Amino acid sequence: MSRRLIIGPFNRVEGDLELRLDIAEGAVASAEVSSPLYRGFEQMLLGRPALDGLALVPRICGICSVSQSLAAVAALRAVDGIAAAPNGVIAANLVHAAENVADHLTHFYLFFMPDFARASYAARPWHDEIAARFKAMQGSALAQMLPARARLLQIMGLIAGKWPHSLAFQPGGTTRAIDLGDRVQLLAIIADLRVFLETTLLGDTLDNVLALDSADALNAWRQGRSSDFARFLAIADDLKLDQLGRIALPLLSSGGYQALDAPLFAAGVFDPASASARAFDPSLITEDVARAWMRDTALVPASAETLPDADKSAGYSWCKAPRLDGQPAEVGALARQAVDGQPLIRDLLQRAGPSVATRVIARLIETARLAITMQHWAMQLDLRQPFLDHTPRCLTGSGVGFAEAARGTLGHFIELGDGRIRRYQIIAPTTWNFSPRDRLGQAGPLEQALVGTVVGDDGAQSVAVQHIVRSFDPCMVCAAH
Amino acid sequence: MDPFNLLWLQGASCGGCTMAALDRGPHGWFAELTSFGVHLLWHPSFSEATGAEIIALFEAIEAGQLPLHGLVLEGAVLRGPHGSGRFQMLSGTGRTMQDWITRLAPHAGVVVAVGSCAAFGGVAAAGGNPTEASGLQFLETERGGVLGASFRSRSGLPVVNIAGCAPHPDWISTTLAALALGELNADDLDAFARPKFFAAHLAHHGCARNEFYEFKASAEQLAQRGCLMEHLGCKATQAVGDCNQRGWNGSGSCTRGGYPCIACTSPGFEAAHNLLETAKVAGIPVGLPLDMPKAWFVALAALSKSATPPRVRANATADQVIVPPSSGAGRRK
Repeated sequence: MSRRLIIGPFNRVEGDLELRLDIAEGAVASAEVSSPLYRGFEQMLLGRPALDGLALVPRICGICSVSQSLAAVAALRAVDGIAAAPNGVIAANLVHAAENVADHLTHFYLFFMPDFARASYAARPWHDEIAARFKAMQGSALAQMLPARARLLQIMGLIAGKWPHSLAFQPGGTTRAIDLGDRVQLLAIIADLRVFLETTLLGDTLDNVLALDSADALNAWRQGRSSDFARFLAIADDLKLDQLGRIALPLLSSGGYQALDAPLFAAGVFDPASASARAFDPSLITEDVARAWMRDTALVPASAETLPDADKSAGYSWCKAPRLDGQPAEVGALARQAVDGQPLIRDLLQRAGPSVATRVIARLIETARLAITMQHWAMQLDLRQPFLDHTPRCLTGSGVGFAEAARGTLGHFIELGDGRIRRYQIIAPTTWNFSPRDRLGQAGPLEQALVGTVVGDDGAQSVAVQHIVRSFDPCMVCAAH
Repeated sequence: MDPFNLLWLQGASCGGCTMAALDRGPHGWFAELTSFGVHLLWHPSFSEATGAEIIALFEAIEAGQLPLHGLVLEGAVLRGPHGSGRFQMLSGTGRTMQDWITRLAPHAGVVVAVGSCAAFGGVAAAGGNPTEASGLQFLETERGGVLGASFRSRSGLPVVNIAGCAPHPDWISTTLAALALGELNADDLDAFARPKFFAAHLAHHGCARNEFYEFKASAEQLAQRGCLMEHLGCKATQAVGDCNQRGWNGSGSCTRGGYPCIACTSPGFEAAHNLLETAKVAGIPVGLPLDMPKAWFVALAALSKSATPPRVRANATADQVIVPPSSGAGRRK
């Protein structure tokens, strides 16, 4: 006999989320993921002067505002094809990496780990230590992590004025020229990040962590190590988190951190089932509104409109359903690292596929990679050259811009006419991951990942459900925008 | 000291005010709140309690069984479509956020709007306001909002508006601490109920471009060092906030970041168009510094321009200092 559970308010995700689970024989038989908040950014941008979008779109999201700015800037650059000042590209990468690393740390310490401090785990041998370290709003880790995060975000003060919500990101580059004193400060901040990562989060040098190239190597490395990453790995083994929240959908990355030639992390689509990679073709993206509270419109975002309809009886979410070549896709750090061929992540995927464990591990591996690259970027800035290119922009035409937010691929699809915004469609990472069903009845990635999860007698209190949801690091405010 | 029970809700929000607040304190924001006796009953981004536990908490407050000293709202209240509030349902409850807020607010010792959305509608009300977004006690400059112009919390205060998009972390923390200490009174608020400790200043005060402002030596394009008011839309002389008297994320601020103030502490800031250009009539900016007679401004600007030192003029349109001040060695009197 099946029964329906409605789970909410769902906290420690960014924004509003409701789950509807059909439970049969103690396990999830079917899931519906609902985004219960609609703010209407795609409507409110219409008719505004083209560059005003740069003030509004970061405000879609308080946790990935830089990603929103950079996707918008990329779309504006695509409209006229005029490149940015190289320094502006590198400076934006530094700020973007700072945001994404801050988000990975926030996710790990504030959103994800506190679930293991729950009383329902009191019988596990690790519980007392984990509760002391990660208890929500109280754990001892916060006194280290929060100041480290604040220090990291000083990169925003130097390059972008403030965070969140900066106007420093422009089609021509960034608006503050960095001088020698600033560069030294940037390097000092990145060095402090590195100290935090090496002593607290990882418990080893970044190089040693990045040298781990297989599940076996990772397992050997974590034995007897007392870092937060090692603590997580021990829990993951004990609770078999590599078997939780498993799906095998295509992993999509639009390419992380544009450089002057190739992005830092490659663009592409990795199929975990066949372990094969293919190119990412943005023209294969569609967005389906069959089960969203939206009226029908074109499937292709470049010609779609946003027409909310709260009374649509088939709808169950304000989130639309993006599809790549007709299929749902998973996005995020796991996708980025898989597409980029990171050896450890590829090996973990081969063994267990995308899961709660691999998603979390990919974020921390990516964090280590970024900290090293940020040091290179800070040295790459050519302090004698401008940060902003002043070539007059052409503000008529259409363009698509992508940025990789902490939680995955973000796309802005814009159409400009007479210097004004005529169309603005946004597909955010969590739109992908937490999409509702489409017209073919295909469930979204989280909806698929929840199926089969054993909830037993815990019902709506099932902590396994909590782990799976948070393993995607959802940003619900972005998802429906 | 009895704990100051605080409930934090997120309406139509981007979550950015919370992300900003998290920047506070040498041992972290939670430790700082605790040191002022603030007990977070629940915060959607950080608390352990989930689902039914939260609903039980809200119901206990509604039933008067649990004292609520402070109710914080981050984000606007959505009243659409057609006044129903259904653009935001509080998940798991089958009730709109609008409904929850109007029911919980009368139980609160103080009600605090964190950010310009909760205060005035803010960005959530931009572009024709498709979701009928509103602030708690204002919609843009108009008094009323969701709770009504006459609403007073149990302490007698109107909704306290920590304006800004996002507000400075200090503004959030300081206001909450002052409220927990019982130190914030009606006369500590300005006409839009913004705490005067930050709102009695202008964003312009302490701007690092002050010399350029004095001489009306203006940047012509973004990233240049000159004053951003004449050409690039800067509203810092009209916007409240001690933005340039304290660092953002260390040493930053909007104008230090090379872009203009968009007056994000002001009700209705989101309605302005062409944010990176100064609106002018006959070559004179429409928005002049608060309190300044236009004729005086025009006269002083003309005089200042004629007196601009070559160094200041040259640097105003450069992205780095190209003419440093002369060393002046031995010339001090």
